Amino acid sequence: MASLPYLPHTDADVRAMLEKAGVKTLADLYADVPAKFLKKGPYALPDAMSEQEIREWFASLEAQNARLKVFVGQGAYDHYTPSVIPYLTQRSEFLTAYTPYQCEISQGTLRYIFEYQSMMCALTGMDVSNASMYDGPTAAAEAMKMCVSCTRKKNTVLLSKALLPHVIKVVETYAKFHGVTIGLVDAPEGETSLKALQEALTEDVAGVILPSINRYGIVEDHTGFADAIHAAKALMVEYCDPSALAVVKTPGEWVADIAVGDGQSLGLPLCYGGPYVGFMAVKKDYMRKMPGRIVGQTTDKEGRRVFVLTLQAREQHIKREKATSNICSNESLMALWVTIYLSLMGPEGLREVNRLSSDGAHYLYAELLKTGKFDEVFPGKPFLKEFVLKPKSFPGLMQKRLEEAGFFAALDTEEGYVTFCVTEKHGKAEIDRLVSVIKEG
Amino acid sequence: MKYYDKLIFELSKEGRCGFSLPANSFPSGAELPAVLRRESALELPEVSEPDVVRHYTNLSQMNFGVDTGFYPLGSCTMKYNPKINEEVAALQGFAGLHPLMHAGLTKGALKVYQEMNKALAAITGMYTFTFDPCAGAHGELTGLMIMRTYHIQRGDLGRTKVIVPDSAHGTNPASAAVCGLEVVEVKSLENGRIDVEALKPLLGPDIAGIMMTNPNTLGLFETQIEEIASLVHGCGGLLYYDGANMNPLMGVVRPGDMGFDIMHLNLHKTFSTPHGGGGPGSGPVGVAKHLEDCIPDLRVSGFHGNFGVILRAYAYILALGKEHIRKVGQYAVLSANYIKESLKDVYKLPIEGVCKHEFVFDGLVNDGAREGVPGATTLDVAKRLLDYGFHAPTIYFPLLFHQALMIEPTETESKETIDAFIEVMRKIAAEAAENPEILHDAPHCTPISRPDETAAARNPILKFQDA
Repeated sequence: MASLPYLPHTDADVRAMLEKAGVKTLADLYADVPAKFLKKGPYALPDAMSEQEIREWFASLEAQNARLKVFVGQGAYDHYTPSVIPYLTQRSEFLTAYTPYQCEISQGTLRYIFEYQSMMCALTGMDVSNASMYDGPTAAAEAMKMCVSCTRKKNTVLLSKALLPHVIKVVETYAKFHGVTIGLVDAPEGETSLKALQEALTEDVAGVILPSINRYGIVEDHTGFADAIHAAKALMVEYCDPSALAVVKTPGEWVADIAVGDGQSLGLPLCYGGPYVGFMAVKKDYMRKMPGRIVGQTTDKEGRRVFVLTLQAREQHIKREKATSNICSNESLMALWVTIYLSLMGPEGLREVNRLSSDGAHYLYAELLKTGKFDEVFPGKPFLKEFVLKPKSFPGLMQKRLEEAGFFAALDTEEGYVTFCVTEKHGKAEIDRLVSVIKEG
Repeated sequence: MKYYDKLIFELSKEGRCGFSLPANSFPSGAELPAVLRRESALELPEVSEPDVVRHYTNLSQMNFGVDTGFYPLGSCTMKYNPKINEEVAALQGFAGLHPLMHAGLTKGALKVYQEMNKALAAITGMYTFTFDPCAGAHGELTGLMIMRTYHIQRGDLGRTKVIVPDSAHGTNPASAAVCGLEVVEVKSLENGRIDVEALKPLLGPDIAGIMMTNPNTLGLFETQIEEIASLVHGCGGLLYYDGANMNPLMGVVRPGDMGFDIMHLNLHKTFSTPHGGGGPGSGPVGVAKHLEDCIPDLRVSGFHGNFGVILRAYAYILALGKEHIRKVGQYAVLSANYIKESLKDVYKLPIEGVCKHEFVFDGLVNDGAREGVPGATTLDVAKRLLDYGFHAPTIYFPLLFHQALMIEPTETESKETIDAFIEVMRKIAAEAAENPEILHDAPHCTPISRPDETAAARNPILKFQDA
């Protein structure tokens, strides 16, 4: 049996502590538990492993996963992670701290959250950001609840059918239990239809959630949307890819009330779907209805600039069932990850990431069409790094050949299209190889 | 720890950069139509890589973590975070997996989920787990969705209320509200346990279930759990177990055996994954066999939950194995009782007896209420502890006492560390009577002194641009 190096008590320590605690044995510490509930016999768990065995075990599991070049997005984007980020986020002082309840010894956490909030406001063009949410889809679900709580006696929230599928599913799940009616707005030509929206904007509509860039990769034109939504006394929510906000029109510029999305595209590893980091930023009017932690600036007794958790009267530990949300632990360390990423990239780096991704995606799009194996689905619609095509034959064989050649690409969509995504990690030579695999198939 | 005053924005200088990207190898691509382009300036800092590294290193040095020192924060189970777990989670074969890859490409990851499911079922006595929830409160919400789904599937549509004890974590009633349930509070007895007689009249055909923390937030085992389970089940309700306090039961007692139908675990508490200054966590939800069919339709997060956190927790379980798990629970309880008995003459212990992993004092004996003896509050004690190099306990929770001071040592702290904490706590108790000003003004040795929180809320400055 391997020893466990995490437990410091010696037998002598245990004896001395039992004596002070006023009991004879460790079992006596559970004398108040009815005997029938004390587990008898060993637990059905593996034998304890040494660190070396743990390392070998995970190496064997890791080897069972495929290692592919990722050419799929759909809410999880394979952008490059600068080496500085894991190096800094692994610092124990950040990694092993709890939520910054004692601000005098948590200024590190509080300051980076303040920087994160500032950066998310800069990206989205909104006034106030919270400290983070679990992921993009749950941030959208919180926005759905907020729409209802910010508008009086209204109980329907509209979702664009062009939102990413997992966003729709999570919002629908939350809505079902929260008692909110969900309506879907058509996107017949690859983007949310203003006409369809206007028809759906009944008196009961509290809010509308629209994709800034949608499930087909198309950058949507929301001209006229804010006017229509606000005329119906509803809130406008934009679901965004924050990386793309360096170049595409922001929620603030579209005059949205709430911006949400997933910060994963800001250099977070794919990691099979998590941990990621949801974000939410709002117009100042809705600040006190916002869920989650918020950090604010103030001064200490010496008049120095310091940072604290603030506006806590919204939160569950004060308001219990009347809180704006139940969220407490969020994704703080991933918010730090995003903050360091944005510091390194700056405005110019983030624009360049978009330029490389977009140029690569447009090159791939053109090359794929040249193979004659695809039809365009939405010709002429503007996209950035992600797009869909319609395969002329069943794509199963092509996908298998791509996998064998080391690519994860051409993923099926619900509509019978296949989806591709290109990031700055993929150069022309690599894209040429991918295209040649398809061409030869 | 030293005070460092910069924000990253203040290091910015036009033209500086902290990135290096490959040259563009593509023919120049399409431009977005003007109407879709961002027009406003992008106010991100422009800094070099050394600027970034030094800035965040300086920030980190104003922080206190478990690796810095003792962190007896009640209900948060701040145990040691093993480093092998970090290594495992960073392996490229896991970190590089796209969440939409099919099962044939992710066999190793799926095996982690399967093995974790088996292990957590063995540890808790539940039948199966879903790993989608990303935190404890998220697990509570998911668990309540399962509770409601169970009743709805049976056509039992009138169960709209959930019972929550007055000692519950604040997330319990908040999760219930998000899930569309009405909260009914049940009072605690003088001995800190649920008042079973007060519970009885609340039970009926409108009750979906009860949310319980056992041991509860006072660190006390709910000794009448068998009767409570029988009463709640008798009225057609279900029992939900808040796993925030699971640590003392590790290897000793299983929630499933006590009659709980649904529960969540906090992998970032009981299973040693780092809290990260407020997440990422992971809150897997376990159910008994009769609720297995209530899980599949629920989609509560984007993909498969916080896989990176689940990997770390699995590495921890492999280190524990069947041989060491019992020591986790037992030593956590031993350390808490040792501290309680060592301090109860100078801090007010409202409820005598053996506690579990944590306990609650109701402030100092020298609280200023005794004539002629100065005193100090729980807030003063907490702030003074920071001067002595300890994190403060959880304060002013649970709400049952006015001066609550909730202490949870965990099993990974040595007797020497605990003895040093006890000594300091006694010293502070003495200071409260002899020199209370030093407590009122504390902390004195931290990077900053007490902040003006009222001003922060009255005039919110929530981003760099506001200042």
